[in-house]
Amino acid sequence: MATVREWDGAAAGAEDRASVATQWQLMWWRFRRHRLALVSAGLIAGLYVVVLGADFVAYSDPLASNAQRSLIPPQPIHLFDRGAFRPFVYAVTGARDPNTFQRVYVQDRNTKRPIRLFARGFPYRLFGVIPFDRHLIGVAGADAEDALFVLGTDVQGRDLWSRLMYATRTSMTIGLVAVALSLCLGVVLGGLSGFYPGLVDTVIQRVIEIIRSIPTIPLWMGLAAAMPQTWSVTRVYFAITIIISFIGWTDLARVVRGRFLALRQEEFVTAAEVAGASVPRIIFRHMVPSFLSHIIAATTLALPAMIISETSLSFLGLGLRPPALSWGVLLQNAQNIESVALSPWLMSPAAFVILAVLAFNFLGDGLRDAADPYG
Amino acid sequence: MIAYIVRRLLLATLTVGVISALSFVIIKLPPGDYVTSYIAEMEAGGGTVSQAEADALRHQLGLDQPLYVQYGKWMGRLLRGDFGVSLEYRRPVVDVIGDRLWTTITLSLTALCFTWVLALPLGIYSAVRQYSIGDYVCTFIGFIGVAVPGFLLALVLLYASFVLFNAKVGGLFSPAYLDAPWSAGRVWDLARHLPLPALILAISGIAQTMRIMRANLLDELRKPYVTTARAKGLSATRALLKYPVRVALNPFVSTVGYSLPYIVSGSIIVSIVLNLPTVGPLLVTALLAQDMFLAGAIILMLGVMTVVGTLASDLLLMWVDPRIRLEG
Repeated sequence: MATVREWDGAAAGAEDRASVATQWQLMWWRFRRHRLALVSAGLIAGLYVVVLGADFVAYSDPLASNAQRSLIPPQPIHLFDRGAFRPFVYAVTGARDPNTFQRVYVQDRNTKRPIRLFARGFPYRLFGVIPFDRHLIGVAGADAEDALFVLGTDVQGRDLWSRLMYATRTSMTIGLVAVALSLCLGVVLGGLSGFYPGLVDTVIQRVIEIIRSIPTIPLWMGLAAAMPQTWSVTRVYFAITIIISFIGWTDLARVVRGRFLALRQEEFVTAAEVAGASVPRIIFRHMVPSFLSHIIAATTLALPAMIISETSLSFLGLGLRPPALSWGVLLQNAQNIESVALSPWLMSPAAFVILAVLAFNFLGDGLRDAADPYG
Repeated sequence: MIAYIVRRLLLATLTVGVISALSFVIIKLPPGDYVTSYIAEMEAGGGTVSQAEADALRHQLGLDQPLYVQYGKWMGRLLRGDFGVSLEYRRPVVDVIGDRLWTTITLSLTALCFTWVLALPLGIYSAVRQYSIGDYVCTFIGFIGVAVPGFLLALVLLYASFVLFNAKVGGLFSPAYLDAPWSAGRVWDLARHLPLPALILAISGIAQTMRIMRANLLDELRKPYVTTARAKGLSATRALLKYPVRVALNPFVSTVGYSLPYIVSGSIIVSIVLNLPTVGPLLVTALLAQDMFLAGAIILMLGVMTVVGTLASDLLLMWVDPRIRLEG
């Protein structure tokens, strides 16, 4: 008897827990079950930490070029020095091959450069305000620019890892800003379309259909190419953001419209209408909270497309232009087979693009499942 | 049914209108016009152009008229097949584009066929054999297809084939046929080079379509009518293909029309990486050199081609799927 009662009690306890839990708690419980989404959330959080502290995680000045360091391959990091954990790298010396005229680099086995945490390096402003010169890693006894090449260097001898950190800042934020813009467009137009069936809905739906049946990349390439060459980096950044946000809004608008149409039939909306609530109040007080989670999920799923758009445009030389740094700008160096074959490390930004896009996709999947925790 | 066709045709016409207007805007967007670049060229050659001469030239070319008049005239010339002159090549745009439009169309249509031919059977397979090794392989390919943009895939492929086989992939023709006139041999050469780039272009579409097909079919297979059909003695294949697959195909009808624009978009960047003689590389060089008549013409052609392709696939689907006819 006792065991049965205990079992009853446990079940009742679990049920109580579920029935008193808030909507967001239920969603969190559901989300936790999607392991891949959890891992992806961690990865994305990591990338945004890089966005905040790009100058700190970078160890070399991303714009410091030097032909003497051109195309150094990634440098192996040795973790143990004579049995003790003391990470170090060997010094790299370069010379020109007399036959091929290419620079070849050899590790100088006699010179060990210990790796230091929080080492001094090029000066910058932490979070854009605090003057600072400490970096996550650096080497003792030399400038990081001349001694540390975790991912190798590009043709102009600039350190790829440090450039990648700055590029992450641009590429990850450009997606966010663009998605925020297209979210505004999508919610307003999708909402109008869902709330006023009839002429407004028809017009907006036709516009969406037209936009979706145009091959977007050539169009946005045309618009991007029309930006004057004299524009500053910041202006180009925002122009590109606006251009690519026009790609994403149609999908979001469709999600919002679908939700609006479904919710219009719900009793609580009718109740609010009968009680004399104004239209904005019905929309923002009653309807939006109940599909907010769906919008968050759809937004996350829209982000990868934005990141890929920016990368593609910059890759073609029509998006952000050097000295601005983004994943696409870095990948421009890997545009032809000659450079890819001789210096494959120039493709490493591609790994970041793929990881970020995959992570956003998994996270969006998990969020979409969690958005409806009763299913 | 007629209402449906009329609605489709109207929408297609409207879309072509929007595309042409956007192409015109792109031509007009960069600061300056033909006369400005003409003057710059004259001055670079040591000559000078007076303000009066410039104004006369503008008037002669109709550049002093309001934009909508210029747009109308531009459209009129387009309808007569006159796409203007490429500033960079100093030849008519139609000559510059030449064969490239046809290779673009061939490439895109092949990719579209691959999407259809591969995605549906793979989707059915991974639904029927859920959680089998084949299903996991498909899921993996699906994620790659969704997450890796085509041009990165092309880059990785270039590198892999160079390292593994020491071979250069890329191009649509062997060197012997590059500038040769069309012949049976050249067509065969094209057919041998086509599958790889087409597959790269198709892979993201395949991934998406396959996932949708799998999810739909799984939902459908769990329904009681499938059990009933089996219990009544229908063979496994028939009980799968006759009803569940047909129902699961339904949502495709609304999404497949959008895969062509997607493929055409992707073909531009992939063509640049793989060095394919499509309009893609031409468009990029034209845009970078601000050769706007050429760029505008290419954008317009790509757009119209896509709209026509989408329209054709819509009509085809209407013919295949009676439900659309009834709804129309």
